[in-house]
Amino acid sequence: MTAGVKYDDVEVGTEIPARTYPVDRANLVMYAGASGDFNPIHWRESFAKSVGLPDVIAHGMFTMAQGGRFVTDWVGDPGAVVDYGVRFSSPVVVPDEGGATLEISGTVEDKLDDNKVVVALTARCNGQKVLTRAKAVVRLA
Amino acid sequence: MTLDRTFVGRVYRDERYYEVGREKIREFAEAVGDPHPAFTDPAAAQALGRPDVIAPPTFPIVLSMRAESAAVLDPRLGFDFSRVVHREQRFAYARPVRAGDRLTVTVTITRADTVGGNDLVEFDSEIRTTGGELVCTTTTSLVSRAPGDETETP
Repeated sequence: MTAGVKYDDVEVGTEIPARTYPVDRANLVMYAGASGDFNPIHWRESFAKSVGLPDVIAHGMFTMAQGGRFVTDWVGDPGAVVDYGVRFSSPVVVPDEGGATLEISGTVEDKLDDNKVVVALTARCNGQKVLTRAKAVVRLA
Repeated sequence: MTLDRTFVGRVYRDERYYEVGREKIREFAEAVGDPHPAFTDPAAAQALGRPDVIAPPTFPIVLSMRAESAAVLDPRLGFDFSRVVHREQRFAYARPVRAGDRLTVTVTITRADTVGGNDLVEFDSEIRTTGGELVCTTTTSLVSRAPGDETETP
């Protein structure tokens, strides 16, 4: 959590510094339990491979949650999100040993009325984009 | 399996409500690794103008996915769930979900289509309180990958 950013202090093009978020198998088991998404592609390697995936992959919604946190940490209020959408362009492969690392950055793409701004997000894992069309509309102070 | 495109337009509604508890929100926030105090401390949430602890922005997926599974797992739809990956997700919020909410979900199938051999199914889900207040609308796109399409989602 960081101090909140103010509408008057941001401009189109303002960059939000990149942050990294580790993800390992334990995170996926916790997320499965908390979300109710028990699809075995997220925790059983043999099943993931049997359906043609390279290994266990993270829940798309786990990755999306990290992007949400990235934005709301910048805003300072997790309730300030008005709209948030992503496309899952490539799976986040999570090996048994070492897990994976998500790198997320953002840019203010537009300023709207009513103190709202559009943040365009970039999320990468091993250099590959894992989210595309990732945008959040947030209301700033 | 053959996808039944006539499912487009079908509406699924479960009259039972989901009651959002503080500990469920805490569990979800811990699972996504977000330590913001507004998820666990009512005083911190109140300082942000909320009546009780709020849920992380992606929490509505817990409700929408459960409601949509009634359609996804319907064998008459012909959607091979074993090869499903999440393609797109969007949330439009009227306000954050918060502890104490009693919420119902109305699911509409908006697309059932085969593109390049992959089956696509899309849903719009409206999450409202039992009093009728709109809290969030979710849009979900799932793809059941054709064998041979192993990494990229279309």
